[in-house]
Amino acid sequence: MEEIYKELEKIVGPEYVSNQPEERFIYSRDPGTMEPCNPDFVVMPNSTEEVQKIVILANRKEVPIVPMGGGLVLSGLTRPLKGGIVLDMKRMNRILEVNETSRYAVVEAGASQGMLQAHLKKHHPSLKHSIPDSPPIATMAGNVLIHGSGHLSHAGGFHSEMLNGLEAVLPTGEIVRLGSCSISPYWFSRAPLPDLAGLFVGWAGTTGVVTKLAIRLFPNRPFNDVGIFVVEDPELVPDVIHRVTGVGVGEDVTAWMSPKPLWARGFQHININYSADTKEELIWKRNLIRSSVLKYINDKIGGFMPLPPPMKKMFLEAPASALVRFADVRKGGGFEYVGAIMPIELFPKAYRMGEEIGERYDAAYSTGARVMGLGHCMMFFYAYAFNRADASDVERAQRALEETNQVALEMGGIPWKAEAPAQKQIIQRMDPNTYGLMNRLRSLLDPKGIMNPGNWEVD
Amino acid sequence: MYELIYDEEICERCETLDCLTKCRYMELDLESAKRERGHILRGEDSAVLTDCVTCYACEEYCPHGNHPFYLIVDRQEQKGVWPVPIPLTKQQVVMMAPKGQIQPQTVKAPVINMCYFPMLMGSIQGKLFDGASIIVGSDIFCNIMWLHFAKNSVIRERLPQMIDNIWTNYLKDSGVEEVICFHDECYGTYTQLAPAFGIEVPFKPIHLFEYLTKRLDELSDQINPLGLKVAYQRPCSNRLVPETQHWVDDIFQRIGVERVEREYDRENALCCGGVLRAQQREDMADDVQKKNLDDMVSAGANVCVFNCPFCLFTLGEAVAERGIMPMLMSDLCRSALGEK
Repeated sequence: MEEIYKELEKIVGPEYVSNQPEERFIYSRDPGTMEPCNPDFVVMPNSTEEVQKIVILANRKEVPIVPMGGGLVLSGLTRPLKGGIVLDMKRMNRILEVNETSRYAVVEAGASQGMLQAHLKKHHPSLKHSIPDSPPIATMAGNVLIHGSGHLSHAGGFHSEMLNGLEAVLPTGEIVRLGSCSISPYWFSRAPLPDLAGLFVGWAGTTGVVTKLAIRLFPNRPFNDVGIFVVEDPELVPDVIHRVTGVGVGEDVTAWMSPKPLWARGFQHININYSADTKEELIWKRNLIRSSVLKYINDKIGGFMPLPPPMKKMFLEAPASALVRFADVRKGGGFEYVGAIMPIELFPKAYRMGEEIGERYDAAYSTGARVMGLGHCMMFFYAYAFNRADASDVERAQRALEETNQVALEMGGIPWKAEAPAQKQIIQRMDPNTYGLMNRLRSLLDPKGIMNPGNWEVD
Repeated sequence: MYELIYDEEICERCETLDCLTKCRYMELDLESAKRERGHILRGEDSAVLTDCVTCYACEEYCPHGNHPFYLIVDRQEQKGVWPVPIPLTKQQVVMMAPKGQIQPQTVKAPVINMCYFPMLMGSIQGKLFDGASIIVGSDIFCNIMWLHFAKNSVIRERLPQMIDNIWTNYLKDSGVEEVICFHDECYGTYTQLAPAFGIEVPFKPIHLFEYLTKRLDELSDQINPLGLKVAYQRPCSNRLVPETQHWVDDIFQRIGVERVEREYDRENALCCGGVLRAQQREDMADDVQKKNLDDMVSAGANVCVFNCPFCLFTLGEAVAERGIMPMLMSDLCRSALGEK
């Protein structure tokens, strides 16, 4: 082990490697409910070449290696289940290029959401990226690679669909570029080539280390507004979403349901965020959205909530700070959620199931959904806040999460960025040939099984 | 319980039907107004019940003080004609419910009743409010807003408790009998709506503008005339107490501002648009707001003064976008005293 430490020191310099208990403790966990697992080393590389050297070393020594971005995945995917090296990418945080005309940015894998947001605001105010509702330190790469979503997911789908290409270090040490950047100096698209970027998306770091990526950017318009359509009956929500997304002018369509505050309990809130270059365009879009649900307004069973300016401001925030407040509602900083990707017609069932489980476990819970693309599917989430200092509270949330994963799968959804136990549940239901193909690809790419072992595995 | 004190015969005998014919949001000639009156009095369906935007103005237009608006709202509720979509109404009923957290407290005159607008407590400062006690919160919320939601039942249920809360928790044992109502809604509630429903009010409500006028007189040597041209946004609840309107002119005269002559002021005032939006009448709200703002601009106003915080929330940004400074009346008065 000492030898590995020395070699790591040589690669990144003594300041950026540690095997001390403090660092090992911090990197053993995330804010979710999963049990901590200690790494042997924590390393912070500064370049693709350093990553390459570390991977070659790990390969040679057959030491597990776990790439980590912001460490905020919440489902414990960056816990080193079998020890080894945690590769903290945060030093590789450069924003390498912004192409205003073709609307994309090329960033290093440690560049955070907040950094890109600030960079665009300062240097390219006509552009924005789809920011998730995570803390600003969450990385673009991490979020894209877990099929994340954000404030432009109605306009652009999953963040993985906004990926134009990437650079990765394979588990055997080769550096590959995938997408247009493999041929051209421009990072404009994954098409028309064989889509090899998929080998790194959704794999929980088990196929290599992504070091750079290009993501799509979108117009940042000066006029922004939000409408919150409220209905009582969850059975109406799929049709409301279908109608609202059908007019195609929203940027983000989300639903939220929460037992607290009391006035929100029992109501389904569908937020539609939209923007425009002029006030007239904004009103035109508002009217289009409104006309799509006019049937419910006329029947008096749905309507847009009156929003005083301070409240509206809160709902226009990106990322939304209200979620951060909810995350600490029990104090003690524990927060985790099951996000299950599912078709929109499952909304009523998903809502009732979340309510039932949340109440039964007496959990601090809230549910909601983000619509992907023009109403093509949704990420339905069940969020549980808990006090990490209270073991029984953690256990209660853990059991609620596990049951939620199980039921989400039973109803036809798929847990998103699934915890290791949920991955096993998914594998049990997966077409065996599909899982066989996954394993063949993984063995091919990572013959020594060093990449984040313990994930996407049966045992 | 708390039946509306209303004389059907007065309505039946009325020849002018000002309540309906003067309505600026419904177009009713005398004949159609008479027909709709019949429907309403007989408890039948009426276009008035569906088209009413709940602007309160018919309470002012009625020459007999016979509460036509309260009758319309009662009828809307009886017939289930909801001006605001049902989920939003239900949600508001929960949101604005008393939290039952009020604690007895000794207060000193002047007592300023901020209703359920804690976010505006910063306006109660400076010389105008020296030594004032402030009362605020869900447990003293006047509840008049339910007139916009066809929910007189909520007013009947909650208002007596709110009045009792103010009296027993603050005033009675403090030996204070007067309450300064920051908002027209509270003043209208205690002086006009409560009596209309036979609800007793054991304290004396004072309109904020009356209080400000008196304080400005006491501080007259410290006033620096502002020389501003001001548009006044008259709130719907002032329709219940039109006799208080003169205080606006009295204050303006004292602080040296000019109330601009414009089309949509006084009896001809327009809704701020907030309630129209809650009622999902977006097009009408856009239209009304545009007319109102165009009117303020063409009258040359450089400040728009509000009494109602909800009007300020609704219209403030739009007013500012047109180059006019939105302000509460209390803040305008404070600036005349050199306070920031």
